[in-house]
Amino acid sequence: MMNFWAEHFHRSHPEDPSLSLQETSERCRSDDTVQAKLVVENVSKVFVTKRGNTEALVGISLVVQPAEFVCLVGRSGSGKSTLLNLIAGLEKPGQGRVLADGKPVTGPGADRMMMFQEPALFPWLDVIGNVLFGLKLKSGLTRTERREVAEFYLRSVGLEKFVHSNIHELSGGMKQRVALARALAPNPKVLLMDEPFAALDALTREQFYDDIQRIWREYKKTIVLVTHNVREAACLGERVLVFSKHPGRIAHEFIVGLQRPRDINSVAVANYATVITRALKGALDPELRGKPLGADEVAALTA
Amino acid sequence: MKRLLFASLLFLAILLLWQSVVSIGVWSPVLLPSPESVLRYLYTSITDGTLLEASLVTMRRLLLGYCIGLVLGLPVGLLTARFEICEDTIGVIALGLQTLPSVCWIPLALLWFGQTENAMLFVVIMGSVWSMAIATDNGVRHVPPIYLRAARTMGSRGLHTWFAVVLPASLPFLVTGMKQSWAFAWRSLMAAEIYVTVLTGFGLGQLLHFGRELNSMEQVIGVMIVIVLIGLSTDKILFSPWEQFLHHRWGTAKTG
Repeated sequence: MMNFWAEHFHRSHPEDPSLSLQETSERCRSDDTVQAKLVVENVSKVFVTKRGNTEALVGISLVVQPAEFVCLVGRSGSGKSTLLNLIAGLEKPGQGRVLADGKPVTGPGADRMMMFQEPALFPWLDVIGNVLFGLKLKSGLTRTERREVAEFYLRSVGLEKFVHSNIHELSGGMKQRVALARALAPNPKVLLMDEPFAALDALTREQFYDDIQRIWREYKKTIVLVTHNVREAACLGERVLVFSKHPGRIAHEFIVGLQRPRDINSVAVANYATVITRALKGALDPELRGKPLGADEVAALTA
Repeated sequence: MKRLLFASLLFLAILLLWQSVVSIGVWSPVLLPSPESVLRYLYTSITDGTLLEASLVTMRRLLLGYCIGLVLGLPVGLLTARFEICEDTIGVIALGLQTLPSVCWIPLALLWFGQTENAMLFVVIMGSVWSMAIATDNGVRHVPPIYLRAARTMGSRGLHTWFAVVLPASLPFLVTGMKQSWAFAWRSLMAAEIYVTVLTGFGLGQLLHFGRELNSMEQVIGVMIVIVLIGLSTDKILFSPWEQFLHHRWGTAKTG
């Protein structure tokens, strides 16, 4: 049933990548001409405050391929959330530019949905009303289609029994699930997540790690996730980018080549997390900066 | 059921106390009429239709003025919340005029409109519009910015954001504003009816006024009871549904 709707929905949105995830990533590796999903080009952002100027980001460049899962880790204030807001179009870069599908980002767009640390659900709407909010802003769908799509994604996050619940009746984890369904419903190609699991308890969070990996694979989304949880980044990301503070820039890049689905408690994830934590503390050899660090380097550094 | 029993017991006790004070006879019956005479007044004035007519006249003035007040107050509040220039101008005026007791509008209303329905209407509008504007302004300012960010990422813009996010998000404040506005409108109208005799219709305030002129204390108390009852029931009829909705959806504290 679920697959039927997924196929139906994806068929009705011909712009969707029709390639499977495996094919997509292989094509990306073998052929650089495949258009990147997101391009951040030499972006800087300065916040002007009364107490002076803060350089949130300096000269950040980043390319995210279609259906890639990228995690940004860093201490608070390292500008990782700012970068996410720039990609979302909620803020404008001071210098440089951000491209989505090769087109400059001028503002928020339904092709890039965002999830926040708070669920940010609308309390005046019930669960399905919240999921329908974004769908109603998408043209070309009838009332029935919108409902079907909303119900499909609510099923997909396991909330089919809570379609007409009120927001205040849900637990923190369920609220964040609604927020996920709401972000998925308009079928964006890119999901931007700003510490979406930070306010959840450990068990709920672990359940989310499984679900988000499944959703990423099933719907072939491009995901950029900001977190300060190093293990989370190692568990979820194909690539993990470590931000340094003052000024915010990308200090290290990790390629996490572990098999899916990954378990947050596995030793392999823990090994990556150990090295990434060291990178965060600035304790890695500066010569490793700018070099993508993979399984071999991580093995050598944890030996 | 238990609550109802307690409430009835309380009212019974008040009645008994009242009756016993009257029976002792410390105050002249002109100053403190017996519950029975008040009931008799209520009975005759209900049966001869004066009370009903007065209530209708009052409610018509009230509803008309109140609705105009809301319709004017809401956009004023939206404007003051949205534009700094409106905040610095209309906003300050609204804040100032809200503190002005609405009775103070009566002399001006009389001079401008004479002893007419329009004078009444003017006083009621002036009583309700400013608190509605201020409540709206307040509500809009209290909309969590994260709602707006979430709405923007979903593609909501401009007027859509105002109607689909800002207004519903400030609903708890709007309902409070509507209640407050109602209370102010009700007070202004009573003041206006007591002070201004308009020949196009005698309202409850005028009935109260005549009661005093005729030294008819049972009429004064009887009309006061009717005013309280109308106030209570409109509160239930007009605002209970909104508050129930808020309680149901938002999970706000249960009232009523």
